[in-house]
Amino acid sequence: MTININGTDYCRNIEPRRLLVHFIRDDAGLTGTHWGCDTSNCGVCTVLMDGQAIKSCTTLAVMAEGHDVTTVEGLEVDGVLDPVQQGFTNEHGLQCGFCTPGMMLTARALLDDNPHPTEAEIREGISGNLCRCTGYLNVVKAIQWAAAHPFEIAGG
Amino acid sequence: MTAVQEQQEQQQHTVTGPEEGPNEGRPLGYGRLKRKEDGRFIRGRGLFVDDLHLPGMLYGSVLRSPYAHARITWIDTSAAQAHPKVRAVITGADLETMGLAWMPTISNDTQAVLATDKVRFQGQEVAFVIAEDHYAARDAIELINVEYEPLTPVIDARTALHPDAPVIRTDKPGQDDNFVFEWEAGNKLATDAAFAKADVVVKQYMLYPRVHPAPLETCGCVADMEPGTQKLTMWTTTQAPHAHRTLYALVGGLPEHKIRVVAPDIGGGFGNKVGIYPGYVCAIVGSILTKRPVKWMEDRSENLMSTSFARDYHMVGEIAATKEGLIRAVRAEVLADHGAFNGTAQPSKYPAGFFHIFTGSYDMSAAYCHVTGVYTNKAPGGVAYSCSFRVTEAVYLIERLVDCLAHELGMDPAELRLMNLLRPEQFPYTSPTGWVYDSGNYPATLEVAMNIAGYEELRLEQIEKRSRGEAMGIGISFFTEVVGAGPREHMDIMGLGMADGCELRVHPTGKAVVRLSVETQGQGHETTFAQIVAEELGIPTEDIDVVHGDTDQTPFGLGTYGSRSTAVSGAACAVVSRKIRDKARLIAGAMLEVAPNDLEWEKGRWFVKGDPTQGRTISEIAFAAFGSLHLPDGVEGHLDAECVYNPPNLTFPYGAYICVVDVDTGTGVVKVRRFIAVDDCGTRINPMIIEGQVHGGLADGIGMALMEMIAFDDEGNCLGGSFMDYLIPTSVECPAWELGYTVTPSPHHPFGAKGIGESATVGSPPAVVNAVLDAIGVRHADMPLTPSRVWHAMNGGVEPPQ
Repeated sequence: MTININGTDYCRNIEPRRLLVHFIRDDAGLTGTHWGCDTSNCGVCTVLMDGQAIKSCTTLAVMAEGHDVTTVEGLEVDGVLDPVQQGFTNEHGLQCGFCTPGMMLTARALLDDNPHPTEAEIREGISGNLCRCTGYLNVVKAIQWAAAHPFEIAGG
Repeated sequence: MTAVQEQQEQQQHTVTGPEEGPNEGRPLGYGRLKRKEDGRFIRGRGLFVDDLHLPGMLYGSVLRSPYAHARITWIDTSAAQAHPKVRAVITGADLETMGLAWMPTISNDTQAVLATDKVRFQGQEVAFVIAEDHYAARDAIELINVEYEPLTPVIDARTALHPDAPVIRTDKPGQDDNFVFEWEAGNKLATDAAFAKADVVVKQYMLYPRVHPAPLETCGCVADMEPGTQKLTMWTTTQAPHAHRTLYALVGGLPEHKIRVVAPDIGGGFGNKVGIYPGYVCAIVGSILTKRPVKWMEDRSENLMSTSFARDYHMVGEIAATKEGLIRAVRAEVLADHGAFNGTAQPSKYPAGFFHIFTGSYDMSAAYCHVTGVYTNKAPGGVAYSCSFRVTEAVYLIERLVDCLAHELGMDPAELRLMNLLRPEQFPYTSPTGWVYDSGNYPATLEVAMNIAGYEELRLEQIEKRSRGEAMGIGISFFTEVVGAGPREHMDIMGLGMADGCELRVHPTGKAVVRLSVETQGQGHETTFAQIVAEELGIPTEDIDVVHGDTDQTPFGLGTYGSRSTAVSGAACAVVSRKIRDKARLIAGAMLEVAPNDLEWEKGRWFVKGDPTQGRTISEIAFAAFGSLHLPDGVEGHLDAECVYNPPNLTFPYGAYICVVDVDTGTGVVKVRRFIAVDDCGTRINPMIIEGQVHGGLADGIGMALMEMIAFDDEGNCLGGSFMDYLIPTSVECPAWELGYTVTPSPHHPFGAKGIGESATVGSPPAVVNAVLDAIGVRHADMPLTPSRVWHAMNGGVEPPQ
């Protein structure tokens, strides 16, 4: 079975029951995607499948066959950070960093769908991603920063 | 001006303000420095325990009890053993042969690693399977057959000491009831006398329900006992690596120098990762048996059902006052539910933690509290979830009592607080229960909060809304925290004193490495501690490597909890920096051929008094220290220093919080509209990180006040075993926090800092509860104030939850 992750095909023999999050972490070795709850509640396993944010802990790996998956490792391109990544560090949108990959991918999908979201739309958009550290305000600010700087992509 | 005069001067001029400014580029020292750790996290390149993959690594899984209380009559592991991918199955009987079936807890109790005789809570560890992969391990635990003989459980702590209550700890010789400890503080006679003379006495039962820290990364480890060297490396989710290493040595009989504990990146701790869990011990045993590394990570249900919970305090509080509202005394009778094993993490001298700071921020003549701890058939633990050793229960008690008193007297709760707050000239203040509060200017802080909130306008708006039948509430909380444990003479865990080591080395090129005993779980130590060194020595933060979380690389210390990292290790970091500065002065004197006393310091260099052009930078001095310069007598050729900082006293951060809510009277749904938090944590190292710490704690407060609870049914089934049932706040429940600050430095801390990590978790729950009850006009209702509980409170009253 083959899944394309961040532009690379990963071909593995797997059990039908294998979850996408385990395929990404253990079979593809991309440990930026985390696991947190098993019930789709916390969102630390969020990845993009064909541009849509999904919870990889409740997606079977076989369901991703033939689709393009983007993980946090795919956000930075040729050494250039995604504005969402830059926004998170500029606005202190992360602390322990465990929810951060899922939160950033949800933000990326949100901004692709709605480049100029209101604060309420951002809060609604990330309400499927829990964060225990930040109280969300700086996450909202980080996404607002990314929305305001779509072309000012910094390289740090 | 002497240092003491300077500190008094600072105290008299408490600095205040709203939060300000963008995050700066690169301040040399304190300031809004962006975090050094972010680069790896935003790229998905953090290294969490579950990210480790060692050659030959096996995977463990725990079989857990479905019953809260049952006798184990039979265990059959043969089918699991026969699974082709299983490498070992461990039961309590196996551990018994190694003397490891029971382990000591950090409260000097014992806890079963794997149950041998009985299970004592739902989710207790019964067997451990080690297999070639995670899926196979989970499959194999389903193949283990266990026969249980169910016993009557003790679920409601209020029944635990009934004469006919089943005895839970039948394993303990001489234990014929469910009593754990009894503890008191304050002066009972003086308090009773003050109550007898008081015009007004208000009494209120309140429950601080059982909640869970629930860090998004669950607990786990990779244990690797290397067969050749017999050295154990333990990669683990711990907030206290050094304490864990020593405890593994004491418990397991392993030589301490053959144990290395590594805490890599930790995905949130909040107290949940202080203790040692049975899974860690099983993974170590598994690695010894299989001669291969063994990984064990909890799933979410295991985390919520079996690891350290928090709170579970039944409190009867009383407050005595004059009819004008002057508080005279408080007293409290507390029943503490400690679960099946007493595994609380707190200084061993204080079985109820620091609960006896329950007189809070108010001037009063007497106070007394009596705390009884009991066993129940619930998960063990006790002190966790950012509570500074039970300070959150204490703050909740006094802040609810003050609102109950305001309700009784028909007074405005802000006015009542301003009338009773400790005055600046009373510091240092000795409380009726023996604490010595270091510094504070409480009324100034409350006034900043009231100004940001627009308190008068809010009250007018409330009147106007009430006239239209709308329920708007304004809640205030003023809290005093007590953090930064030791001193070591009074604070220890299992005999290990709470003092922290720190080592700093300046390399020949002027770059530096600082080694800490504490462990960040998101607090930003790699940034903050570099800023402390930068402030003291003028070395740019990017030139300072902060090493932590590895017992082979760092000096001994007791770890990160109770908001002690900045207060204790931060102090240690400043002390070693100053040692290096002093040594640099001697070397600079030799370089410039002047007496050291003729040199003056400015950030980053020593120069000749009166001639600033004649100086040497710390970088130049470092090169000379390792070079061919003839050094003064007694000065060794390096620029290193180490120290162990033993705090002379705790520090006392404080703050004033105001919460504004709107309650839907038809459904009981609470909307937190605004939350104003003004914190005083003394000297501020990185305001950006401080604000982040406060934001997170405020969200915790909303969670506990409105939605979080680990509930149980009568059979002891845990009703909060997943994130579908244990609700924690999302972005839509949290408002845009409004922050302010005041700065009243601690007079005894090397740079005046007090700690901030848990202030908001401690201070915010009563503000939210006070606001909801203010909205609905009810004197008291217990957390969590879920829509149904609020609706019931409005419509005839609501019982405490279970």
